[in-house]
Amino acid sequence: MAAPLTLVLILSVTIRAVLFRSSLAELISERVEVVSPLNAWKRVVEGLALLDLGVSPYSGDVFHETPLVIYLFHFVVDYAEIVFMIVDGITAVALYLAVQNYNKNVFRKQKYALEADRYPHDCLELMRSPKEMHYIPLKVAMFYLLNPFTILSCVAKSTCGLNNAVMALFILSTLKGSALLSAIFLALATYQSIYPLTLFAPGLLFLLQRLYIPVNPCRSRFWFFTVQYSVMFIGSLLVIVCLSFFLLGSWDFIPSVYGFILSVPDLTPNIGLFWYFFAEMFEHFRFFFICVFQINVFFYTIPLSVKLKEHPVFLIFMQIAIISIFKSYPTVGDIALYMAFLPVWSHLYRFLRNIFLVSCVLLACTALFPVLWHLWIYAGSANSNFYYAITLLFNVGQILLVSDYFYAYLRREHHLSQGLYLRRKDGSEATLVLK
Amino acid sequence: MGLLSDPNRRKAITSLTLSVLPDVVCYLAGIAWFMGLAFEPFTLRTYMSENAMGSTMVEERFPSGERALATAREFAAHKKKVGGMPVDWLVKTMRAQGLEVFTQSFSRNLPFPDESKERFVVRGTNVYGILRAPRAPRTEALVLSAPCSPGNSNNQAVGLLLGLAQYFRSQIYWAKDIIFLVNEHDLIGVQAWLEGYHHTNITGMGYTPLQGRAGSIQAALSLELNSDVVTSLDLVLEGLNGQLPNLDLANLFHAFCQKLGILCTIQGKLQRSDWDTVEGYTHSAQTMLLMVLKQASGRPWGEHGLFLRYHIEAASIRGVNSFRQYKTDATSIGRLFEGMVRKLNNLLERLHQSYFFYLMPSLTRFVSIGYYMPAFGLLTTILLLRALDLWVHLGTPTPVTEDGVGEGESPSSPGLLSVLTPVVISHLTGVALYTLPVLSQEMAVEHFPVSETEAVVLTAIAIYTAGLALPHNTHRLISGEGTEQGWRVLKLVALLYLAVLLGCTALINFSLGFILAVTLVPAAACVTPHVPKALSAVAMVLLSPGCTILYCVFLFQELQEVPVSLAEGWMLFLSVISQGILDHALYGSLVYPLLALLVYPCWLLFWNILFWK
Repeated sequence: MAAPLTLVLILSVTIRAVLFRSSLAELISERVEVVSPLNAWKRVVEGLALLDLGVSPYSGDVFHETPLVIYLFHFVVDYAEIVFMIVDGITAVALYLAVQNYNKNVFRKQKYALEADRYPHDCLELMRSPKEMHYIPLKVAMFYLLNPFTILSCVAKSTCGLNNAVMALFILSTLKGSALLSAIFLALATYQSIYPLTLFAPGLLFLLQRLYIPVNPCRSRFWFFTVQYSVMFIGSLLVIVCLSFFLLGSWDFIPSVYGFILSVPDLTPNIGLFWYFFAEMFEHFRFFFICVFQINVFFYTIPLSVKLKEHPVFLIFMQIAIISIFKSYPTVGDIALYMAFLPVWSHLYRFLRNIFLVSCVLLACTALFPVLWHLWIYAGSANSNFYYAITLLFNVGQILLVSDYFYAYLRREHHLSQGLYLRRKDGSEATLVLK
Repeated sequence: MGLLSDPNRRKAITSLTLSVLPDVVCYLAGIAWFMGLAFEPFTLRTYMSENAMGSTMVEERFPSGERALATAREFAAHKKKVGGMPVDWLVKTMRAQGLEVFTQSFSRNLPFPDESKERFVVRGTNVYGILRAPRAPRTEALVLSAPCSPGNSNNQAVGLLLGLAQYFRSQIYWAKDIIFLVNEHDLIGVQAWLEGYHHTNITGMGYTPLQGRAGSIQAALSLELNSDVVTSLDLVLEGLNGQLPNLDLANLFHAFCQKLGILCTIQGKLQRSDWDTVEGYTHSAQTMLLMVLKQASGRPWGEHGLFLRYHIEAASIRGVNSFRQYKTDATSIGRLFEGMVRKLNNLLERLHQSYFFYLMPSLTRFVSIGYYMPAFGLLTTILLLRALDLWVHLGTPTPVTEDGVGEGESPSSPGLLSVLTPVVISHLTGVALYTLPVLSQEMAVEHFPVSETEAVVLTAIAIYTAGLALPHNTHRLISGEGTEQGWRVLKLVALLYLAVLLGCTALINFSLGFILAVTLVPAAACVTPHVPKALSAVAMVLLSPGCTILYCVFLFQELQEVPVSLAEGWMLFLSVISQGILDHALYGSLVYPLLALLVYPCWLLFWNILFWK
């Protein structure tokens, strides 16, 4: 399996290298869909210049990346293109290994369940075969590396690729069962962009499951492990933040990075939901709605964790998707990360209801973004409403996609416990309807 | 959510798509809707939206029409003497009027000779004078331009421009700088001047930098006048890539024509009052169709067309002298311009209040985007219905028993290769069609007895025709037998591709999108490998993008009431192609690359399906 993965890696690096050398690179790095004020390379370069001059990079209102990133690029700024390609490669390999591991577990579990005769008899066609599962890790790597969104993001040198790599490493270390590494990477991801904090719940649930600790508040082992994991997480987060402080010598970065993410002062259009809404809003409602919008990202963690506590990996997928839809400065790079997981759920295909509609919507919106941007900004004939309409549609498409997968996952689990062909009490065929 | 999640309703929706009837209905409804747009009760009356131009009264006092005509005669004499643009005379005259005068020289090598205008290596000079605003910080400007055309045309326009400059100089109310531009080599000169003004170079033009600048240009008016008296003034709006200026500019023109009692036309058609008769309807339909065809061509139809790209609202005003009794003299035309410029001078912000997306069946009526988009939407619905139909076919080879759960095995998915190969080959053909004609002109001229221009056009046609033979032969060699599933997947991809492509095109240039949809959609919807080959191949070719251009040429001539014979039409068709390629090279018009790189390959995909084996 290593050979095809290498091939995909080589192919994707070639594509990126070609694009880096072409005149498109400059155009792409200016697109608002690809870079946000948080992760634009232009701003990183500005921050580096300030740092070299001995000024705090956070003075002024240009640079909003974390101190660790700027110190990373302080050393490798001349090789930035290579770094971004390597980072994408790392993400893909991490996802590959993680999914391989996950699939092994899934298959083992399925085997035990089959041996214990736990499934209803007509569910055999829902069983997953090793043949079908064999190529999934490769597909995941391919979906990440060859996804146009990832390529665009990489060519624009958006630091979103770094965040994705950290998240992928978090997923890998969690699925491998290493609590410490998992906590460290989760802390890193949180440090980078706050929102991955919601991945704490699935990470914890997975590790608990792996150690056969039931999620039961009455048990001391549950609390012991939870506290242990939290301490590791908070500890490493503190270490990273303090490290940033010592590197930089000031706390400037806290308001400039986290304040910037949470209070959304920069309303440059992007593919998210914030900019238009807050550009239109009266100032004195702003604080209230900022809270509402931001809580929105974190809120779903609770019901989803309750519902999916047996399936933490699917919960990770859901959380990443929700983050990338509802975060304050989303870019296409964020979307690429959760889309890489779609092949993992390819067995849900038969239960998906709107996949055709959703893919049409996403496809059309992707094409319409640059068109409407052109009409609004360059031709001057359209206005921001046109662009925001497409943004809305794009996000509705994403939400439909995620909820469709959620429904399909739950439905498969339902069939696995209740039998595939449901009967009503009177013996006629029953259908499941989501009202 | 009920509609999407309830299996019974979903089944009802999908069963609807399986029949052909909705397609036919959608197509006819789309065409009918479009034709209905010219019917007066369905359109809106134009109205001035911009407050700064609406209620503020200005008084036109321009007195010196006769003097302007004398200047025009002097200009003509000097032009004749120099044998081109009399730069020195213009500089001297403008300076004598108290303007800040500057010149800009430019040069441009065309990719191949332009036969209709007989030029290949273009060198010229633009002369412009700036009247500085006495009453405001000079941050904004207006442009009045007139081309210095070869021969005897447009002298009066330059004369009137100079007359206006002299009169404007003595007025005190200007709040915006006014730039009087006399450009050589029509659009190429304007392009050079605009690129110089905005410090850009997007088309590889060679020009000297501008020595004098004014503020950001708010609006521009271009004047074309060939005779001392005119019977009517024609307003030209269509610009590069089908861009239109704000509708308020047209309203402004119309308002002043009414006020001064000047006959005004759009597309050379007067307005008729008998909308309820057949003739009245035909007349406005003709006017609208002319606008649609002009807009679809993506060419700048006047000098204003290039200003639009820089976010400058601009229109050309063209004097027409026909055999009517009623004549308008230069003084009235001068007053019209004075009034328009004074109102534009009053603007507090850029024109943005009124519509940017519109079609005009007459000068006082318009159709906005909300009214014309459904016509296009109905046509694209067919593509989506077909795609949905194919999706249902692909997903469920056996009848569906319940929501999503089909019986039997899922169909073996066709290899990625069998779909990817035609897509790649079609696009490579498109790239060849885009690049080769200009690149290979020298070789063609060497081997065939043709001129460069003919070589370019004929190479393009040859590659276009060769593309019909190429793809469906090669994909079989690579991927072996195509399967029944194979063509379905390919068609699904091609349908979605076409829908997205047409949708994006229609947003930027509605007319182009709609015209392409009218011919491409039936071909795309009907094609399968199981229809009679010869007959449908002919139909497909007749509905291809190339033939669409040919029909448009004939229709355009018919609508302009200068019908042409087949041979003349063919020659026109050839010149339209060469003009399209030139427009792309000179001004960055996007129609040629769009057709060559995207629409044609997309059509080839459907061609491919027809010959799927």
